[in-house]
Amino acid sequence: MPKIKMPKNSPSIDMTPMVDLAFLLVTFFMLISQFRAEEAAVIDIPSSVSDLKIPEKDLLMILVDKQDRVFFNLTGKEERVKVLEKIGEKYKVVFNAEQKKEFSNMASFGVPVKQLPAYLDAGSTDRKKLAEQSKGIPIDSLNCEICDWIYFSRKTAPKFRVAIKGDQVTSYPVVRKVMNYLQDDNIGKVNKFNLITNMETGPSN
Amino acid sequence: MAEMNTDDGGGGKKKHGKKRAKKSSTRIDMTPMVDLGFLLLTFFILTTTFNKPQAMQLTMPKKDENIPLEDQSKVPADHTMNVLLTKDNTVYWYFGMADPTKGALPALNKATYGPNGLRKVLIAENNKRHGAYDAIEKLKNEVATGKMPKDSLGKKKGDFFSDKTRKTSILVVLLKPDKDAKYKNIVDALDEMAICNIGTYALLESNEVENQMIANAQTYK
Repeated sequence: MPKIKMPKNSPSIDMTPMVDLAFLLVTFFMLISQFRAEEAAVIDIPSSVSDLKIPEKDLLMILVDKQDRVFFNLTGKEERVKVLEKIGEKYKVVFNAEQKKEFSNMASFGVPVKQLPAYLDAGSTDRKKLAEQSKGIPIDSLNCEICDWIYFSRKTAPKFRVAIKGDQVTSYPVVRKVMNYLQDDNIGKVNKFNLITNMETGPSN
Repeated sequence: MAEMNTDDGGGGKKKHGKKRAKKSSTRIDMTPMVDLGFLLLTFFILTTTFNKPQAMQLTMPKKDENIPLEDQSKVPADHTMNVLLTKDNTVYWYFGMADPTKGALPALNKATYGPNGLRKVLIAENNKRHGAYDAIEKLKNEVATGKMPKDSLGKKKGDFFSDKTRKTSILVVLLKPDKDAKYKNIVDALDEMAICNIGTYALLESNEVENQMIANAQTYK
């Protein structure tokens, strides 16, 4: 019986189109992706049917995570430094130039003012550890640091929108407390909030 | 992958006795470059976030204790639906006012979130009053089909609810989360307000009487 002869093809195929495509995609993703600083807390946000886009800048954000810890975030480097200086003045904490720079570059944070210099000096791994151990920014009415952050931020940047980002299982009284501070005439003086949510595709009937 | 350097560059035979430069292949090994390319591709795909989070607008009433009691908007009790949000993703609702000094307390109705729970009740109640749900849904449809610009939806809605003939008899929903409610519950409830086209709603806090009512409802199931 004659053997069936398989045509001897070269095992190497022309990869050029694939490589072209790959690099095209690389370029595409490189151009559209924007990096953002790492958040101090992992927050699993609830979803809603609202289709309002949240602005990227000019935003004052208060985050409340699973364990009801409160974090604070403000956009704009200049504004952040100004607010930090005012906070430092009030709490008699001195921040050096390097710490200010670090503060202007990072995202949300959740440590009391007294621990802030150490937090800013720490490297990224140490900082993560500090963030985990921290109890968040104090919101007690006797020691209301979040009030001061809100107050000075509102003074520095009155036009900024206010957003609240809470975890699905955050207990409501904590969020309510923060809202009360935000609404207070002597602190935040805002009555309009943006609750940050995930997109949900219409009512599911 | 692109061919390996197969250098057979004319060594060996010397035909004309002429010295020739070694002919090397023009092909270079592209494997590392391709590897790097795909590595970057993977990295950027994974780090890119496409859908930015959305936001839900919430406007709270201005806190002003100086407004005299008479000027505060009075809501007719039988059009006021109180929705109590509590633990275990449960909702209790009742109409009217829970005031122990004025007769018996209203009975609580239990519901869950989602299409078959609270939403059904809200849509039914909203429709009972001037067919509000259907009317607004019609407006929404007009926007969806392009018959009406999106910007005018808010105004049309406002006009519908503030019409003189309806103003005092539309459904008003008071959301009252208690201390056990989770943030997700509030967002869900506010979401239902949007889905069910509720004209007027407010986010308040449950009072003592209501807390007691919830506690009772939870013990005698």
